[in-house]
Amino acid sequence: MSHFRDFRAIAAPIEGVNVDTDQIIPARFLKFDRASGYGRFLFHDLRFEMEGRERPEFILNRDPFRAARILVADENFGCGSSREGAVYALGDYGIRVVIAPRFGDIFYNNCLRNGVLPALISVVDAAALRKILHAASDPSLTVDLPSQTIRYGDGEPIAFSLDAFWRDCLLEGVDEIGLALRQMPQIEAFEQALAARRPWTASACQRRLTGEPGLGTVE
Amino acid sequence: MHAEQAAADSPRTLFDKVWQQHEILRWPQGPSLLYVDRDFVHEGAFHAFGDLKRRGLQVRCPERVVGFADHYVPTKARDIAGAATPAIAKVLQQFSDNARWSGIRAFDIGDERQGIVHVAAPELGLTQPGMVITCNDSHTSTHGALGAIAFGIGQSETTQVLATQTVWLKRPSLMRINVTGSRASGVSAKDVMLAILAQVGSAGAVGHAIEYAGSVVAAMSIEERLTLCNMSIELGGRCGMVAPDDTTFAYLFGRPFAPDGQYWDAAVAYWRTLGSDPDAVFDKEIQIDGSAIAPMVTWGTSPDAALPIDARVPDPERLSGAERATAHAALEYMGLQPNTPLTDIAIDRVFIGSCTNSRIEDLRAAAAVAAGRKAVVPAIVVPGSESVRRAAEAEGLDQVFLAAGFEWRHAGCSMCVAMNGDVVAPGERCASTSNRNFMGRQGPNARTHLMSPAMAAAAAVTGRLSDVRRLPTRKRA
Repeated sequence: MSHFRDFRAIAAPIEGVNVDTDQIIPARFLKFDRASGYGRFLFHDLRFEMEGRERPEFILNRDPFRAARILVADENFGCGSSREGAVYALGDYGIRVVIAPRFGDIFYNNCLRNGVLPALISVVDAAALRKILHAASDPSLTVDLPSQTIRYGDGEPIAFSLDAFWRDCLLEGVDEIGLALRQMPQIEAFEQALAARRPWTASACQRRLTGEPGLGTVE
Repeated sequence: MHAEQAAADSPRTLFDKVWQQHEILRWPQGPSLLYVDRDFVHEGAFHAFGDLKRRGLQVRCPERVVGFADHYVPTKARDIAGAATPAIAKVLQQFSDNARWSGIRAFDIGDERQGIVHVAAPELGLTQPGMVITCNDSHTSTHGALGAIAFGIGQSETTQVLATQTVWLKRPSLMRINVTGSRASGVSAKDVMLAILAQVGSAGAVGHAIEYAGSVVAAMSIEERLTLCNMSIELGGRCGMVAPDDTTFAYLFGRPFAPDGQYWDAAVAYWRTLGSDPDAVFDKEIQIDGSAIAPMVTWGTSPDAALPIDARVPDPERLSGAERATAHAALEYMGLQPNTPLTDIAIDRVFIGSCTNSRIEDLRAAAAVAAGRKAVVPAIVVPGSESVRRAAEAEGLDQVFLAAGFEWRHAGCSMCVAMNGDVVAPGERCASTSNRNFMGRQGPNARTHLMSPAMAAAAAVTGRLSDVRRLPTRKRA
């Protein structure tokens, strides 16, 4: 995924602590198939009035931020609901990188699973970046994953943290489900040991759950 | 072998003990591959099932995956035809179809034991101490009340669990929240949690597994512990746990999917070893004086914006920086003026339900306040499961609510997440026993105040946020 090497794009500052995933995508849109595109749902109720008109004050409705591919947010971005639709919406809108001092844990993992880079920087650096972006004539940032740095213009690079495992997965496009499937011999051995240690949790003991055909039957 | 022995001898936490039993491997500078004893899915998992099918994969261990229809189910009807819209009916149909396709057991709409996954699964004995449990829902932390590591996962992670029965997870840091003293009368588990939120904050436990301990927690029933652990995610916690004890074992004994006679004694013997060792070390320790907690309500748009009911709406000007801006935005959204006494806030609607507060003890507490009084605003009671509904009816609680003018519904997530058509209208103010007061959570422009079931019932009969301690409960005939 080459877009994480020296990736330069417009970055929008998102103000406010605890921006929850209900803000990123309201629950009523989660019933739709991903194939129909989730980009229009991103920050829906902040972006649009109830009757559908754009809210001019919202950052992504203003040029040049409308074309943002990077977000710079505040504390605890993506807290709340586990809905991966929040990351579908970011990704389908075109957001490749979210920079913040802290992320909701589930949202963070969902980003990693969808090729969206969650870059952790300090509260002070995040606030400084947002301030710069609000005032800049060209609010672009350069994000470089191999060196784990963020730069504005010719400024000093800001280091962001990310576990090496996830950095490599993003850079190489590793599929984590495939990676888990390749551990199957170890998983199977583990299961057998588990059945010996805690027989009441072994698969054989759970089959009464599925022992009957159809739905809704009671054993 | 020596290293393992040393590790086993050094003091360990409840979390460590369960984690070590499930860690298949640890990637260098990365996550562990964790074995999942039990995965729950609700209707929202259609994304994951779709992904699984596109990849040509199957559910590897159908006996370890259990489905519950809860988010999209209508609460006035008991079949898919009763869904609020065709798009919602489609999601419910997909859930049934995916359960049949994969061979998993599903407690679907119409099943007499259907309910909110976090209410119905513990009630069925599916949630057990020492397990690792996942579900495509952030409130999966609820199940930690019985001593499991239980956490919410996304759709991609759900695909992985369905295909491999494993999940990648970085070991979280550990936090212990000690609630000492004893609760005053009129103070519920929900009040304890809102008080913890007010102290620790919505981001206070990000990256942490939480263990709740102390005399107040030890004295709680399992249902109260479920309420407590439920809102661990509102603290930002990866999961929340309570050490299993005799209360836990008594709760589980005889439940339909609890270990049966052959294994019960061995299971209990193992479960007794799980509690944190006396000298176990946590990365963070929080002390809460449980005796000082009063009934709580939220005033803002984050669950940590909670105050005792006798307080006033905060003045953002007394805060600084980002907190001030956030509080201003919250008050504007909530339509509140600084320094208003909380008990002066009139409400439009009441919701008693959700995976936080819809169990039989919750309904008893609400009914005790509603008994002999009349709701002055629309109020609905949505039991957490059909089993809870039947239990409540057996006690006559439905009649208490109906006589007081509350609606009595069927089980589901309902107005907590407003995905099934049960919504709070724009601009309306709802007293809710749910877990999130986020902007738009209960419907676009809906305003939510979180509180306990007794406090919500008090709000229903007075039409405003009220101190339940000033509304003496009346004995039912």
